Formats: sequence, C-alpha cells, structure tokens
Amino acid sequence: MIDDKLVIAGIEFNSRLWVGTGKYKDFAETKKAIEVSGTDVVTVSVRRVNIIDKNKENLLDYIDPKKYKILPNTAGCYTAKDAIRTAMLAAEAGITKLVKLEVIGDEKTLFPDNEATLEAAKVLVKEGLIVLPYVSDDPIMARKLVDIGCPAVMPLAAPIGSGLGIRNPYNLRIIMETVKVPIIVDAGVGTASDVAFAMELGCDAVLLNTAIAGAKDPIAMAEAMKYGVLGGRLAFKAGRIPRKLYATASSPIEGLIGS
Amino acid sequence: MNITLNGEKREVPDSLTVIGLLLHLNIQHQRVAVELNESIVKKDSYASTAIKDGDALEVVSFMGGGSDCGFRIAECGIKHAAV
Repeated sequence: MIDDKLVIAGIEFNSRLWVGTGKYKDFAETKKAIEVSGTDVVTVSVRRVNIIDKNKENLLDYIDPKKYKILPNTAGCYTAKDAIRTAMLAAEAGITKLVKLEVIGDEKTLFPDNEATLEAAKVLVKEGLIVLPYVSDDPIMARKLVDIGCPAVMPLAAPIGSGLGIRNPYNLRIIMETVKVPIIVDAGVGTASDVAFAMELGCDAVLLNTAIAGAKDPIAMAEAMKYGVLGGRLAFKAGRIPRKLYATASSPIEGLIGS
Repeated sequence: MNITLNGEKREVPDSLTVIGLLLHLNIQHQRVAVELNESIVKKDSYASTAIKDGDALEVVSFMGGGSDCGFRIAECGIKHAAV
C-alpha cells in the first residue's frame, strides 16, 4: 500500500493504526506492543510530574519522539477550561502542536461533552494547535468542528474501553459524506475484526488502547490489530462486492457431466 | 517561602526563578511544561520568571494514557502513573 499515506494538516502518517500508552503492565510492555503494532502515532496523557519520586522512569525514555509522532490528549478533562489548559501545556512541552482534544461529559459513559469540546476546539485552533477532537458519532457535530478548523475528527465507535466495536456504522458513513477531512475512529473497538470493519467502511484510521493493553496477550493483539487495519484498508481500496440475497455460482455451468 | 506545587503545599528556598525551582527539584526541564498561577510559562522565560511566596505552580509531563483514564486532573497526578 505504497502511496496510501494519511495526511492531516500537512503531516504524513505512515500507519492508520494509532495506539494509546495507558493500562500496560509496564513501560517495557508498552514499548513492545507499540513496536509490534507497526504504528507511528502514540497518544499520551498530560499529567503532573511526580515530585516525590523524580527518578521514576519517563514514558519518553521508551517511546522515542523522533521515531513516533506523539499525540498528547486531554483525557480526564471534564471542562473546556481544563482541556484548554492541558492542551496548551502539552504544546508548551515543545514536542508537537498536535492534540487529541477530549472533554468528557460523564464519568459512567465517558461520552464526550460535544458542546464543551467545540468551545475548547475554537480556542485551541486560534492558538495554532492542530486539534483532533474526540466526538460522538454525530455528523452535525463533526461538521461544526471541521467548520471551525479541525483538520480531522475522531468519532467514537462505542464507549471508551467498552470493546463493543462499531455500534453505528451508518452514522460513521454519514460523517464521512458530511465532512471532507480524515475520520479517525477513536474508542470502543475490541478486536481485530472491529478495526478491519472500521477501515472497510472507509474510515481513515483507528485509535485504540484498551483493546491491546487489556488483551490476555497484548503483544499478540498488537500484531493482530496491525493486520486488521491493513486488511480492512486493502479491502476498502479493492472495493467489496455488493450484498445479494441469493446465490451466484462461481463455477461455470458448461461442461458439467451428465448434461 | 511557601508555594503550592502540583496541588500540594511545599516549602522551597526564597527568591527562586522557575528554572531555579526545577533545578532545586532535580526535574529534567526539557520534558516538562510549567504553569504559574494558571498562566503558562514559556520555556525561554524560565530563567526570568520569579516565583513569589504563595504562588501556585503546575509542572506536567507526558504519561501513559489512551483515551480517558478515568481520573480527573485534580485527583490524578501521581496516581495515574501507576495505572
């Protein structure tokens, strides 16, 4: 799949599988899973430095920012104000202008607060950040976010960490028809077939974390996800056959014995 | 003087700048971002920004995380690193 690169705001992404760095056993496992997944984009959270135990290992000792595109996120933010502060701090850390904007609306579902997300996105776009917003699978919200300058949108497939897979493929399709920017499915996928399905729908990339980190064998699942994305993308490019209710024989009728 | 650092009261030497504080705490300043009383301190201002008694600072860095970790920032911090 040469020349099938994903480009967002002028940045070329080699992989259509984007991965998170949370919930792993340790940094070594995080590193290994990321390597095996074949990704070049890893999302990280922004958190207070541990003042008491300064010698604690740093994630960036394992994930080389020269090798991977670091995508800071505003996970854990419940207000536009907190998300803006967090995103601005991430940008000031000096590695990237990219941010995965999340403003969470509810602790039980972790669904996005779309209204607050739009409010925060407006501010951050004006500040010059490349804002990739986590959003409900809502075509109207997606359009509003693109209208104010988001170069891609990240609709959820299902609640974060739920592993339920693509719950509403029709909305994703409508989003893809509504906005002409890359669509990155963010959150809710459970296994490689979910990822393949998202790619077959025509989504541009998938971001996941728990589906790999929470698997019995995270390293093996990282590899499965790599092939899920590749297979799904190839199938989308190849163009699947239409669905039909009845059979169509694939062997010729002529030359059958007894005819 | 007394400051609030990452949400906790802390006594530090008088007349410190931001860079002075980071050195005092032995924090690698290349990989962090600093907020002083809710305003971001640019890296090139670390040496010229003085910290006063009663100031509130946030020093953050990148940690593991995917989508939401389930902790609010106020209760996250150190706890998150162990997740």
